[in-house]
Amino acid sequence: MTRVRGFLLAVWEFVVGDDWRTAIGVALALALTALVAAVGVSAWWVMPLAVFGLLALSIRRAARGSSR
Amino acid sequence: MSGAELGLALSVFLACTVEAVEALTIVLAVGSTRSWSSAMSGVGAAMLALAVIVAALGPAITSLPIDVLRVLIGGLLLIFGLQWLRKAILRSAGLKAKHDEAQIYEAQATAARAAGARHDGFDGYAFTIAFKGVLLEGLEVAFIVLTFGANQHRVALAAAAAGLAVLVVVAAGAAARAPLAKVPENTLKFAVGVMLSSFGMFWGAEGAGASWPGGDAALLAIIPGVLIVAIAMSKRVARTLDSAPTAHSGPLTADSTDQATVSV
Repeated sequence: MTRVRGFLLAVWEFVVGDDWRTAIGVALALALTALVAAVGVSAWWVMPLAVFGLLALSIRRAARGSSR
Repeated sequence: MSGAELGLALSVFLACTVEAVEALTIVLAVGSTRSWSSAMSGVGAAMLALAVIVAALGPAITSLPIDVLRVLIGGLLLIFGLQWLRKAILRSAGLKAKHDEAQIYEAQATAARAAGARHDGFDGYAFTIAFKGVLLEGLEVAFIVLTFGANQHRVALAAAAAGLAVLVVVAAGAAARAPLAKVPENTLKFAVGVMLSSFGMFWGAEGAGASWPGGDAALLAIIPGVLIVAIAMSKRVARTLDSAPTAHSGPLTADSTDQATVSV
């Protein structure tokens, strides 16, 4: 059990890294894209907006963290 | 070769070049201070492990339905790419220490010398450090090879691009007989972050049901768009630091990912 937990933690650390909020944001943005596309509206614009927003927030958090 | 395939090959080549330069530094350090034969055995064992991972997971991933594959792989690639891009922006802005291969080489060589007496024949320290270094750096490349390759059903092309990068770096390392400190690693990492994020965004949106204007040609707008935004963010952070020097206490220290030797 400890090994399985260790493996899953290592996979999480490898893919998600130290900013889990960005990972959650990407998942939510993909879900929103699917939702918008499902109602028949053009949905390509959702991801660029979300990605640039998430990146800006992530950089902002890191910059604030370094100034403490 | 289509534009998307060219993008795949270029992204994998650049990512693998960066990781191979970092792995080369570790192998050079333990090889020159401990044992070349044991270090090279470690490299061989790690390469074998990576080949097994790619060969085992490649067919499993490519057997998924295309929309599931695109949204899943696109999402993972985007999360992974944003990690690279974020760190590249922070390095570029001066908020995170840049990689210095010469410095890393010295640190690794000092640790290798202090690790106890060398044994004639097989040297466990040199084997383990070389194995770990190549495996950890290589895992990122394996991830990129699998995600990029699986999405376009071109795992073999992605693997070939990675292999070519390794050959180029090894040849350069053999010629220089020193760490490749002059390779513009941070610029390459910036470029890789842009490529991974762009392709991840493109495939993720397609998998979720969106249609990009112009189809694949949209990548010609997405990649420069991400690049421009990333450069603008980097400049903005650097300007903010310049205007408030007392608030910034120096470059960020290595984060948890770097401490695990898997440096993005």
